[in-house]
Amino acid sequence: MNYQYVLQRLFTALIVVLGVTFVVFMIMQIVPGDPARVVLGPYASDESVAGLRERLGLNRPFFVQYAAWLGGVVQGDFGQSLLNGQEVAPQLWGRVGPSFELAMVSLFVGLAIAFPVGMISALKPGSAIDIAATLFSQIGVSVPTFWMGILLVIVFALQLRVLPPSGYTPITEDPGDWLAHIVLPAFTAGFVSASIQTRFIRSAMLDVLSANYVQTARAKGLAERRVIVNHALRNALINIVTIIGLQITALFSGIVIVEVVFSWPGLGRLALNAVLERDYPLLQGAVFCVALMVTIVNLFIDLLYFFLDPRIEFA
Amino acid sequence: MTLGKPEPALNRIDADQSLGPANTLWRDAGRRLLRHRLAMFGLLVLLIVLVMGIFGPAITPYDPNGMDFGDRFASPSFAHLMGTDDFGRDTFSRIIIGARVSLQVGFVAVSVATVVGVGLGLIAGYGSRLTDEVIMRAMDILYAFPAILLAIAIMAALGKGIGNAMIAIGLVYIPIFARIARAAVLGIRNEEFIIAAKAMGAGDARIVIAHVLPNVLSPIIVEITLSLAFAILAEASLSFFGLGTQPPDPSWGRMLAEGRDFFRQSGWMGVFPGLAIFFTVMGFNFLGDGLRDALDPKLRR
Repeated sequence: MNYQYVLQRLFTALIVVLGVTFVVFMIMQIVPGDPARVVLGPYASDESVAGLRERLGLNRPFFVQYAAWLGGVVQGDFGQSLLNGQEVAPQLWGRVGPSFELAMVSLFVGLAIAFPVGMISALKPGSAIDIAATLFSQIGVSVPTFWMGILLVIVFALQLRVLPPSGYTPITEDPGDWLAHIVLPAFTAGFVSASIQTRFIRSAMLDVLSANYVQTARAKGLAERRVIVNHALRNALINIVTIIGLQITALFSGIVIVEVVFSWPGLGRLALNAVLERDYPLLQGAVFCVALMVTIVNLFIDLLYFFLDPRIEFA
Repeated sequence: MTLGKPEPALNRIDADQSLGPANTLWRDAGRRLLRHRLAMFGLLVLLIVLVMGIFGPAITPYDPNGMDFGDRFASPSFAHLMGTDDFGRDTFSRIIIGARVSLQVGFVAVSVATVVGVGLGLIAGYGSRLTDEVIMRAMDILYAFPAILLAIAIMAALGKGIGNAMIAIGLVYIPIFARIARAAVLGIRNEEFIIAAKAMGAGDARIVIAHVLPNVLSPIIVEITLSLAFAILAEASLSFFGLGTQPPDPSWGRMLAEGRDFFRQSGWMGVFPGLAIFFTVMGFNFLGDGLRDALDPKLRR
């Protein structure tokens, strides 16, 4: 195995994370006018604006500010919230868990729908199931995530009253309650990602089914079951893993929306609240954490792909 | 799709298309599109939305901001096709007016993304190795952010409002266009007609605009259509978060946000604005898929 690829991939991930810090830092730099004035409002005295500028370090040259901020981030220091003066970092750590849980359960729900549907539709092209699956994937991508969430709340929480409309219980406190709270949000985010993945899984499977080695396996008289499980599926999995990787960013985009709809105490909702309250340090921290999470998950999947397919020599 | 990070299939440019008279390609594509049922359905839906967007104020049955406190939370009826909201405003009229905002944001945002993204992609694909690396790594970095989160962060910097939403959404989709344009350019940059143009002494700018661009148009057209769907979804999400359209202007996303506190009284308030977003987005998705099939029949599955 060519471990140079692993090192190279780690290096790219590091560069991306560094770039991410730069973009996140730029958020405050592109605020038109004076961010301190924007935060404090038009009636604040010039002294308090000057004080905040000093506190935020806005009087220093651009790269000095960036270096100082980056130095803090490396040590897990994201500065203080402008709203309540509390450290940003502890607020972030409390949110990472819920966001990550929701993302993973949503991914699982998405695959649990997409995998069987995509497989069956590839194995029986042109059948009623195939047509239904294709229609599902076409329509599913057009459903606004937040609307899907709203509809589920109206039906299952307000009308049928079988599930809570919003909120979160830590899994360590009460697993049953945790499950009850995560069902609707995870299904909302999972549904949209399932519709995209169904399509990819179907096409990945169709690709391998027409490959020569599958024909050969059939020709030498293997049972269809073995052809599909041992020959087709194993090879299709490689492409499917890649596709999951490509979908991770989109999945997290959905998670941000779902968190807001279901008042899920994750990073996405934290970021939105920070925007609405103009709490820039908090926003920077939350956005950085999500981007970091996305990059790490992507890295993990890319490496998994590498180990799944030893044939590939990475340039 | 075998090596490293695979490019989406639609990035593959069909070299044969560049041969033969150009108008035949487009005529053939047009014929295939007309036969594509889902695409035609999408187009029909979009025409309805477009009529709503253009003639909006002239065709609403009620004043979209006119309140009637005697008739709040009405269910759908012949008087109010989609019911009324918490102020007794006619939902149907507000949805008609909301079409304009959605379309405007979609078109402006996607124009920004297309012009900047395709420009960067052409430069990256046609330029030196170093330019390519710098541009594409920058795109990778932007791509590491979930789209909605990046849009939210940009809105934080620029401030709320529909104009800033257009810019934010446009910026977010730049990397997609850059990648597609670059991949398409790489597919043809060593073709004979490019080399011939070079040999005849054409400058880089001329080659890119007169020879490269026309030959990478089809994946870009498909992406524009599909991005319109995403842009409209993104606008609805931002407005739902309270960052896009500001009151009292109706927009589909904001109508859903305003209805949130009243779903117990009237679930209808949560249904129709969502349906409007859904159908519009679906229209662009269907049309985009149809265009992809029509412009690149080899990719058809």
